[in-house]
Amino acid sequence: MSESMQTLEAHTQSDYKYGFTTNIDTETLPKGLNEDIVRAISAKKNEPEFLLEWRLKAFRNWLTMTEPQWPNVHYPPIDYQDIIYYAAPKKKPELKSLDEVDPELLRTFEKLGIPLDEQKLLAGVAVDAVIDSVSIKTTYKEKLKELGIIFSSFSEAVQDHPDLIQKYLGSVVPASDNYFAALNSAVFSDGSFVYIPKGVRCPMELSTYFRINTANTGQFERTLIVAEEGAYVSYLEGCTAPMRDENQLHAAVVELVALDNATIKYSTVQNWYPGDKDGKGGIYNFVTKRGLCAGFNSKITWTQVETGSAITWKYPSCVLKGDNSVGEFYSVAVTNNRQQADTGTKMMHIGKNTKSTIISKGISAGYSHNSYRGLVKIGKKADNAHNFSQCDSLLMGDKCGAHTFPYLEVDNPSARVEHEATTSKIGEDQLFYLMQRGLSEEDAVNMIVNGYCKEVFNELPMEFAVEAQKLLAISLEGSVG
Amino acid sequence: MLKINDLHAAIEDKAILRGLNLEVKPGEVHAIMGPNGSGKSTLANVLAGREEYEVTKGSITFEGKDLLEMEVDERAQAGIFLAFQYPVEIPGVSTATFLKSAINAVRKGQGKEELNAVQLLKLMRERIRMVGMDEKFLQRSLNEGFSGGEKKRNEMLQMALLEPKLAVLDETDSGLDIDALKVVSDVVNQMRSPERSFVIVTHYQRLLNYITPDFVHVLYNGRIVKTGDKTLALKLEELGYDWVKEEADAIAL
Repeated sequence: MSESMQTLEAHTQSDYKYGFTTNIDTETLPKGLNEDIVRAISAKKNEPEFLLEWRLKAFRNWLTMTEPQWPNVHYPPIDYQDIIYYAAPKKKPELKSLDEVDPELLRTFEKLGIPLDEQKLLAGVAVDAVIDSVSIKTTYKEKLKELGIIFSSFSEAVQDHPDLIQKYLGSVVPASDNYFAALNSAVFSDGSFVYIPKGVRCPMELSTYFRINTANTGQFERTLIVAEEGAYVSYLEGCTAPMRDENQLHAAVVELVALDNATIKYSTVQNWYPGDKDGKGGIYNFVTKRGLCAGFNSKITWTQVETGSAITWKYPSCVLKGDNSVGEFYSVAVTNNRQQADTGTKMMHIGKNTKSTIISKGISAGYSHNSYRGLVKIGKKADNAHNFSQCDSLLMGDKCGAHTFPYLEVDNPSARVEHEATTSKIGEDQLFYLMQRGLSEEDAVNMIVNGYCKEVFNELPMEFAVEAQKLLAISLEGSVG
Repeated sequence: MLKINDLHAAIEDKAILRGLNLEVKPGEVHAIMGPNGSGKSTLANVLAGREEYEVTKGSITFEGKDLLEMEVDERAQAGIFLAFQYPVEIPGVSTATFLKSAINAVRKGQGKEELNAVQLLKLMRERIRMVGMDEKFLQRSLNEGFSGGEKKRNEMLQMALLEPKLAVLDETDSGLDIDALKVVSDVVNQMRSPERSFVIVTHYQRLLNYITPDFVHVLYNGRIVKTGDKTLALKLEELGYDWVKEEADAIAL
């Protein structure tokens, strides 16, 4: 092994910037899962009857299902009876000032360029110190309300708009869809609900950040976004600041519904705790995300930058039911150390003249494994469907793995399907070239990686893209430099 | 400025340079010529600090400092520029982004103030004219899809922007048409100054029709076996390398 390969390795063996420190005292239900627990969760949230029934049905379904074995990831068996399924909103320990915050964490915030007030909020410094953020939040809420946009926690929406919840919940991801979706449907704790009325273009990026205090989403998150005819919304999930959580298993469900001429852009930056260098303690992120292009000429775009979690199992998908509808998937998935990711998308072409684009960029470093798994299905009635897929893998070092599993089912002869795939190693030639022009090794690696991910970053809202670039740099940062 | 003493270098345990001596003073232009496999490119890469080339013996000092102790980027910041024989493509990184980063990295390394966006753009526009490239190249991914000639012009652009103290041109002339060749020589000639030195590695004499070297060295079997002025290059053009090889072999016996 050459020296520069060794430096590359050292370069990529960085630690997560801080560990778990939160002490929680909460009102919790006992460990384990049974019908009583499901009923208790529903009761605690004061849910209407239909929702309890829906949860119970999901639970009974779940009992008959088995955990999927097909993903290219390995982990010890999960004891579902050893998990606490309900804990009242957690209170982070309040700190008096930033001086009390872990300096490492502050350094990370600084690298990400997070404003001071936001830093305080994220680090759990007393909220009265961050009046600005609170007032911004209020202003936003009022503006959205004027336009008839609903943006609230899922629990609030259940109370305030039960009709919408009943109509759309499970309409894209049925409770029986898969093992983890069924589990989520039975015990989901909270999440987000967005509703954009007919013809309304949401004037700002909706970010979970703006309701960081109203909902602590927890491990079984549920998100539902509905865009009525001609509506537009761009939704940002997550935060580039490092996320820590004492729950190892996360099973979220996200459902999107786009009616005629509606557009939903859903962008994610995921930075959950990936575990230590030996892979101990990281989050298992088993997520079901699906969008339904229900209407004519509707469009759903998934953009994701995945750098965290010990195991990622995630396939944001589009069901292209409406004629002329468009589905897009842009993804950067980074794995380092012992992380494993099995991620990709499904594009289900049902309507005529439907179009989908898949751009997937995997980056593997350390001893990690990074798999792309994608399905493009062109149904019998999907005349003139068109798919373009590009799946690239970048390897850093020689102990990691990249895998590509593209599946293709075409039942209509008029379909046009294009697939391109490349695997490359971060080149010593490229590093040498950039360093010969004066760039440090770290800057050279970042430049190459950012160039490689450019097509995906271009899809992110500007500010998010800048943060995502910095996040990538931090994820791949090492002791060198 | 540059002193190379009894330099031995190997790649994958194969000895390439075997006792090379060379001194380059400020303002001088040295041409390094020689048959294929004589070690010309190895010399260029060792100067820039490429890892695959292992220095087994000897020393190199640059402005009194031990060059072999310096990392690749430190050498670049100290003022050593290598024009690559095969410039590398970096997809997704615009030429402009790359140039800006390089200019400021070198400036920072030299303790100079970094340039702001406006100053950088002005500088790039000014120098890109020197090399006869269209400004639209600045927006394209670095070297991606560039023709051979465009890549070499881009190397010259980088040299013009980074203003090195010592520029090493590694067969920059190979595969170039006459127009591109003139661009290369124009840039070198414009940049010649009493403080700046050039080491021009070339197989052919033709570049030296446009750039007049102070010294011409013939490299053979990893050593400089003959040194002369520009007339030596002409003689090589006319007679080839065989006579030099024979002379050198005779001495070796």
